[in-house]
Amino acid sequence: MAASGKSTIERVRATLARRNRAERRFKNFGRAAVLLGLLFLVLVFVNIILTGYSAFWQTFVKLPVHFDARVIDPRGGADPETLGSADYGALVKASVRSLFPDVSGRRHRRELGKLVSRGTVFQLRRMVLEDPSLVGSSTEVWVPVDDDYDMLHKGNVDRTLPETDRRLSDRQIAWFDRLADDGRVESRFNITFFTAGDSREPELAGIRGAAMGSFFTLAVTLLLSFPLGVATSVYLEEFAPRNRLTALIEVNINNLAAVPSIVFGLLGLAVFINLFGLPRSAPLVGGLVLTLMTLPTIIIAGRAALTSVPPSIREAALGVGASKLQMIVHHVLPLAMPGMLTGTIIGMARALGETAPLLMIGMVAFVVDVPQSVTDAATALPVQIFLWLDSPERAFVERASAAIMVLLAFLVAMNALAVVLRRRFERRW
Amino acid sequence: MQRKSVLMAAVVALAVAGMATAVSAQSRDYIQIVGSSTVYPFTTVVAEQFGKTTKFKTPKVESTGSGGGLKLFCAGVGVEHPDMTNSSRRIKKSEVELCGKNGVKEVVEMKVGYDGIAVANSKKSKSLSLTPRDLFLALAKDVPANADGSERKPNPNKTWKDVNPKLPALKIEVLGPPPTSGTRDAFVELVMDAGCGTFAAIKSMKKKAKRAACRTMREDGAFVEAGENDNLIVQKLDANPDAFGIFGFSFLDQNFDKLHGASINGVKPEFETIADGSYPVSRPLYIYIKKAHLDVIAGMREFLAEYTSEKAWGDEGYLTDKGLIPMPEKERQMFSSDVKNLKNLAL
Repeated sequence: MAASGKSTIERVRATLARRNRAERRFKNFGRAAVLLGLLFLVLVFVNIILTGYSAFWQTFVKLPVHFDARVIDPRGGADPETLGSADYGALVKASVRSLFPDVSGRRHRRELGKLVSRGTVFQLRRMVLEDPSLVGSSTEVWVPVDDDYDMLHKGNVDRTLPETDRRLSDRQIAWFDRLADDGRVESRFNITFFTAGDSREPELAGIRGAAMGSFFTLAVTLLLSFPLGVATSVYLEEFAPRNRLTALIEVNINNLAAVPSIVFGLLGLAVFINLFGLPRSAPLVGGLVLTLMTLPTIIIAGRAALTSVPPSIREAALGVGASKLQMIVHHVLPLAMPGMLTGTIIGMARALGETAPLLMIGMVAFVVDVPQSVTDAATALPVQIFLWLDSPERAFVERASAAIMVLLAFLVAMNALAVVLRRRFERRW
Repeated sequence: MQRKSVLMAAVVALAVAGMATAVSAQSRDYIQIVGSSTVYPFTTVVAEQFGKTTKFKTPKVESTGSGGGLKLFCAGVGVEHPDMTNSSRRIKKSEVELCGKNGVKEVVEMKVGYDGIAVANSKKSKSLSLTPRDLFLALAKDVPANADGSERKPNPNKTWKDVNPKLPALKIEVLGPPPTSGTRDAFVELVMDAGCGTFAAIKSMKKKAKRAACRTMREDGAFVEAGENDNLIVQKLDANPDAFGIFGFSFLDQNFDKLHGASINGVKPEFETIADGSYPVSRPLYIYIKKAHLDVIAGMREFLAEYTSEKAWGDEGYLTDKGLIPMPEKERQMFSSDVKNLKNLAL
């Protein structure tokens, strides 16, 4: 040592600055990576929220409706059959025209007719059926405007463009502005978006049908995959002998977790629909397919949770005379449960965002009626987003973004639940 | 522990019971329609209208593509198979044979209307006037090396000016649908075939060789397969003013503020020009109906009556609001009576 002319401490000091620098550099790289990741996340969120937030509002117009008895109840007697099949379209037309009595000519009137949503007809019909005493009376009704006007009111239409480049003519915009000046136009919270099923009219479309479809699908998935997954992981971890066969099973489970999800869809089509004859587009089949997809995730998480329970617990239980099954069910399983639940919730969150396997089993479909059971035709939330983004009407873009926000809210809630469960119940040894 | 196993047994029993009811629930109370994503926006509107104004349930419409739809449609007779299928092209002979083999012997054909295919670019740059020949020379993998097309070479054209001296020196960049799409089928048939037919030697080639010569798109980056989502193409065109896109007219119709369509043979893609047939790139849309289901599935006749009514597919019907180009009145009457009389399909 002395021969080299430097003591140990000197040599340490000589490289200290360099080593500290390396550490700082490493930390900074790490921070930059995290920051970049967060930045992209913020970009995505901001983009979605900016395009989507306006979908939670819908423009309404106040329409003076005269429930003309000659039109809806020509024979009198308020027979529900007659009231149900009456020509409400004529009422709507008459109402809109009464706002602009000076508009004449067939083409102009046709343009004028596009002011209110096509759903107005059904709204008036529902009102009359619920309260037949309306027949013959006049009242003001707030009705949603057509999606083109909704876009105009939300500022998504450039008024400075030449008339031929817009979907609304100068005349149509002038009519709408006049109504707005008269205080007949209002933005209201878009309740329809949460209560209605799908529709081809953006102003009538809602996510309720898709959300219920997702709910039923996930319910089936949870009911099947959680007990099966827990049982499998307990058996494989605690009871199964270690031999070639179980090693093979283990490798296969790990492989299944990495299989692209569309493959499960193909399997579902071949087995559940073609072989078992289950109905197409049903949440039941969707749930079965997603069960296949989530099972490996749950099994792997479950086994990891079981191994993390220390041997001392098992030995203590066996030591006081518990049988192996009692040891597992009374002691190991409760301690492993938080880990298993976390795995399950993460698996379910993945299943919630899945579209590819649903494509094969017919859940990518236009379904208006909100599904009531696991065998009704249904879609799921991510599928609804896909279908709306595929529609030509521009108003669907904001609705799709709003649906993405709802889906993200569910995903965040599920993942937060997983974190809370882990924090509250996990025991560390 | 006992409680747990009881719970477990209950869960399993519930699942099994659920499956059993599903299997027994084999009668269907709604109409099931599959098929083309191009016809989907129109059929869904009729379905919604039908569900809201009649006592029947709203038909379920799946978007599976024309080929996939016909495959499902022809798989057999029975409630587990679809009742109708949308198609953006006419049924092929092989598909009729497949149908027949599986017991779907009687099929009714209904033309719905027309759809135009537009070649469009962003309003930020100039609109072009193209011919099928220009498009063929710009997009084919191999182009003629001499005047009559008897010799061919890999496509060297980099700009539109290389294709036709009258066009600007703009880089060729076209976003189009993938081969699985009906829009692509129609585009190659109506534009690429017409374009390469202008070369005498290719025109006189044998059918198979001609198809290969006319319909193979270039793969050097000038033609980009942009997926089935037409909205995505619209967004990309907005971001890249030099690029052109190929997609259905209804998407151009909804985006006239951002895009303009190139005129083909001097005709702009517009509602009127497609309806009167002067715009050359338009194709008929069809629905095929399974006759054996008419008396099994409630509401099929009424649904077809709604579809063929003037207020739906007429000149000023609600389908035209969604971008459907209606058939001339005579043709409408013909198909309407064919459907009413359930005339069998004859190729």
